[in-house]
Amino acid sequence: MAGVQVSNVSRSFGAHKALDNVSIDFADGGFYALLGPSGSGKTTLLRQIAGFDFPDSGRIAIGGESVERVPVEKRRIGMVFQNYALFPNMSVADNVAFGLSVRGEAKAVIATEVQRALDLVQLGKLGGRRPHQLSGGQRQRVALARAIVTKPRVLLLDEPLGALDKALRVDMQIELKRIQREIGITTIFVTHDQEEALTMSDRIGILRDGRLVQEGPPEEIYDRPKSEFAATFLGDANIFRGDTTGDGIRLADGTAIAAGAGAKLAAGAKASCAVRPERIRIARDAGTSDGSANMLKGQVSKRIFAGNNSTYFVERGGQTLKVIVQNTGKERLAEGQDVVLRWSPESTVLIVAG
Amino acid sequence: MAAATASRSGLRSALPLLAPAYLWLTVAIFLPLSAMVFFSFMTELPLSGKPWAFTLGNYAAFFSQSLYLTLLLASLRLGLEVTLWCVVIGYPAAYVLAKVLKGRSREAIFLLVILPFWSNGLVRIFSWAMVLREGGILDTALNAVLPFKINIDLMYSYPAVIIGLVHSYVPYMVLTCYLTLQAIDDSLIEAGRSLGASRLQVLKRVIIPLSMPGLVAGAALIFVPVVGSFMEPRILGGRTGTFYGTIIEDQFVAVFNWPLGAALSFILLAVVLVILAVASPVLRRAA
Ligand SMILES: Nc1ncnc2c1ncn2[C@@H]1O[C@H](COP(=O)(O)OP(=O)(O)O)[C@@H](O)[C@H]1O
Ligand SMILES: [Mg+2]
Repeated sequence: MAGVQVSNVSRSFGAHKALDNVSIDFADGGFYALLGPSGSGKTTLLRQIAGFDFPDSGRIAIGGESVERVPVEKRRIGMVFQNYALFPNMSVADNVAFGLSVRGEAKAVIATEVQRALDLVQLGKLGGRRPHQLSGGQRQRVALARAIVTKPRVLLLDEPLGALDKALRVDMQIELKRIQREIGITTIFVTHDQEEALTMSDRIGILRDGRLVQEGPPEEIYDRPKSEFAATFLGDANIFRGDTTGDGIRLADGTAIAAGAGAKLAAGAKASCAVRPERIRIARDAGTSDGSANMLKGQVSKRIFAGNNSTYFVERGGQTLKVIVQNTGKERLAEGQDVVLRWSPESTVLIVAG
Repeated sequence: MAAATASRSGLRSALPLLAPAYLWLTVAIFLPLSAMVFFSFMTELPLSGKPWAFTLGNYAAFFSQSLYLTLLLASLRLGLEVTLWCVVIGYPAAYVLAKVLKGRSREAIFLLVILPFWSNGLVRIFSWAMVLREGGILDTALNAVLPFKINIDLMYSYPAVIIGLVHSYVPYMVLTCYLTLQAIDDSLIEAGRSLGASRLQVLKRVIIPLSMPGLVAGAALIFVPVVGSFMEPRILGGRTGTFYGTIIEDQFVAVFNWPLGAALSFILLAVVLVILAVASPVLRRAA
């Protein structure tokens, strides 16, 4: 097992910078999600670590040793491809056995290890089948078994659940997490699904246009996004833009919004505040102040009922704000209703504009 | 049961589409071929005006003279050698085309490979004659480069026949292998490498098995016509170029013994079919 250090890695295709000075430290035994929109460089980064492609500049180390001159087959990595990439000319068992067999392991050893790996992914009985006789989820498991049976130092997964339907994906997320804990392997998981990244990983790195936008534990990124992009890409956020006052911003119409977290900025500069929809309380009238320093008036333009919660869209000064309210069975606000929104400065993150 | 019904109704709806092809096959191939079968059992060509009778003599001739068997074996060996050379040359070329080159350069190289396909067979063979003969292009070029004097005269030799035939037929191998290789997803190669296999191991265990259908199709497309070939052996082989195909050709164009020519070619057809029938399960298992 080993950690992976990516230091100042850049990679361009022609004039296009697919990776722009990316540095990430993947801790030994951790589960790391690389999250970003399509084309942000996630696959490119994974391919640099695997050794299918090489950085123009920068350094990659696995287990503390630079892998600059190490070819793919010597890097001792396990990779799960988005399309599974199972060998169609081999049975499931032979697919899983491939890595051990090219290494020249004894037949008996291979048989035991393959069976153990197939049992681990709960496909113990399907070793004799061909890949085309399996369902998508089963193929996924075979690909995983094949990647981990060689006891690699790092497991790389490129959107491995992207092709599965929602219910199966959730099952596989749980399964993958269980297996990863069981063998304790350093795992780098590429996804464009923010929910997947949040629920599965110890740390998340958000990529955008080849740059690492923010990196840290899921809670930290969610609670303290450092950019509007991070705030809106990972979860939902209401963004207010204005001029900094030092501990908050002043909107164009003069309303002050106090922020208790985020960047420390000199007064006067352009800045934004991000507030998660579930942190805002919505009420028919101002009522008695509950100590929440931030207050705005608006009008409900739409309500979407989703069972356990409702989402209100509130019009306010040309901006639509989103508020999520848990279903407590109490009164529901009608569309067209004038409302008051309140939230605390602690729920407000000050971020540099842009 | 349901599947059988479905395929039968599928066949019925396909019949109008297949009809022109079958009509063409009947007129263009089946009728002349049946005429040839008929001739092969005759003493004389009925068109010649001489009296004729049915006989098995034409087939018996093959077995009574060892020359025919010797030539057939020589032709089978020629077919095997040319096929192997086409694999050795064509498969790597197809691999480079399908997996290494991209875009413009791929198109350019592809054109070069296909070019012999489009050139006239005789032109192709006579160009080789110019290259291979003593004082020809190869001889002159080598002597211009090398410090010592050598004589290269490959003309009218077995190697010349092989070179000419390989050149004519290698595009088949390149095309069939290119098609199967291109259908192999690059991620399979990467998966193999990530599992610790070297490039060579990936080639042996993944790529070659998956390109077997292309290799087999290419081999069949090359082996069969080469065994019966006569133009390249005659022009490039000279006196050494007597093969089973040239003997058959002689019967039709020189000796005018069509019945014997027909019988000899049906024996060839039978032998080739037996070889393909025996080889196909073996090859299928290998794939
Ligand atoms: N081999 C390549 N040649 C040219 N451009 C590439 C190549 N690989 C990736 N790119 C480009 O690099 C960018 C990042 O791609 P990728 O890493 O695949 O993104 P992601 O996996 O995040 O969707 C894209 O704009 C893509 O078009
Ligand atoms: Mg990708």
